[in-house]
Amino acid sequence: MNKIRIIARIDINNDSVVKGRCLEGLKKIGRPNEMSKKYYEKGVDEIVFLDAVASLYDRNSLIDILKQATKETFVPITIGGGIKTIKDIKDALSAGADKVAINTQAVKNLDFIREAVQIFGSQAIIGSVVARRHRYRWEAFIDNAKHRTHKDAVDWAVELEKAGAGEIMITSIDNDGRQKGFDVELVDAITKRVSIPVIASGGAGSSNDVIKLCKNTSCDAVAVASLIHYGVENISDIKNKMKDNNIGVRL
Amino acid sequence: MKIVVVDYGMGNVQSIINALSQFKDVNIILSDNQDEIMSADGLILPGVGAFKRAMRELKRRNLPNVLERYILQKEGVFLGICLGMQLLFESSEEFGYTEGLGFIKGSVEYFPRDVSDKLPHVSWNSIEMQELNWNDTIFSGIKNKDDFYFVHSYICKPNNLDIILSKTEYGGINFCSSIQQGNIYACQFHPEKSANSGLNVMKNFIDIVKKGK
Repeated sequence: MNKIRIIARIDINNDSVVKGRCLEGLKKIGRPNEMSKKYYEKGVDEIVFLDAVASLYDRNSLIDILKQATKETFVPITIGGGIKTIKDIKDALSAGADKVAINTQAVKNLDFIREAVQIFGSQAIIGSVVARRHRYRWEAFIDNAKHRTHKDAVDWAVELEKAGAGEIMITSIDNDGRQKGFDVELVDAITKRVSIPVIASGGAGSSNDVIKLCKNTSCDAVAVASLIHYGVENISDIKNKMKDNNIGVRL
Repeated sequence: MKIVVVDYGMGNVQSIINALSQFKDVNIILSDNQDEIMSADGLILPGVGAFKRAMRELKRRNLPNVLERYILQKEGVFLGICLGMQLLFESSEEFGYTEGLGFIKGSVEYFPRDVSDKLPHVSWNSIEMQELNWNDTIFSGIKNKDDFYFVHSYICKPNNLDIILSKTEYGGINFCSSIQQGNIYACQFHPEKSANSGLNVMKNFIDIVKKGK
């Protein structure tokens, strides 16, 4: 049985962990390295650090946080937010990141993904799709969900796969931070169209939401944020409940 | 005790150094210098990315020759990780046929077409004991079927099945996930990214290096 990865998603602004709703109204809720270490000790499978407003303000504050995290957490680490150049990727990977998640720059120039894959390999490049629902379809957004692209989010995920991305991370803007469950239809639509691993993000409010997502889609990984940040449940609770529901998971 | 991590521009070497740094009395050096490599008590060949480019980077630094002297002639303690395992074989079919280091007889091939799950194989997955006993190896004290982190689309096929230290099942395919031949250890998964189980593999490797010293 394939094991579903549980990923701690840690959104960052300057040196603080932030969380909002629908990627807006960000509040400071903790210190990045304290939280990543805690989640590692509770058995998280992977950690994603996202610089919440990086592409909006043209900066990237993640490298120091990343360096500290790689000294004390021995699971795969992804960083994203504001990655624009090959040098940005090189800096991230040499500071200890295993992968980078790219959204805005891919939309501006898809060749950037092709070039990055040539240099660093598919396994290091995650195509990040941030989507907002319009009735029965979804539109991809950039700049931390501030700007529209007029691209269909599902078609866009396929484009990212064709360009060589090794995984797709799909974030639902509508469900982010609301803790009312994932946009299962969105994740399902994307997993049916791409053949690379898909990470679902946005909306987990309980382990039941995670279980529902895993039962109804063929996603490969689930990112959780509010659910663990606010201490509703911890990583090991979520994983144990997944196992009780016959979902493959690392314990 | 000196452990050298081979520096050839491929892979997440910082994570390997950080994992090794968890243990006492280990002098860790990142280097492509042949004197450093030949004087190492333990040598690690890391690597993520493409086989062809990795061979080119090794050759550019004259490393195939140095690795052969360390691994085959000196019979130094060695650990290959992920692409660093695949490179030990005679050839790979990644982006067309490419010759490898050839220290282990066999080839590196794409997952068979009938694999029933997504590629690349990016997942935690369990390793299963084969004929070879795990005592006094890098898996000493590791539970059978323990989980490790994998990221790859190609698999190693050794000619000599007796060197297979573990197998792993993915999408209905059982593949060789680690080998041991004398002082040569190699694993397809990333111990430096596999939480406590992975750190235990690193510790076992250090213990083997200490014994060999």
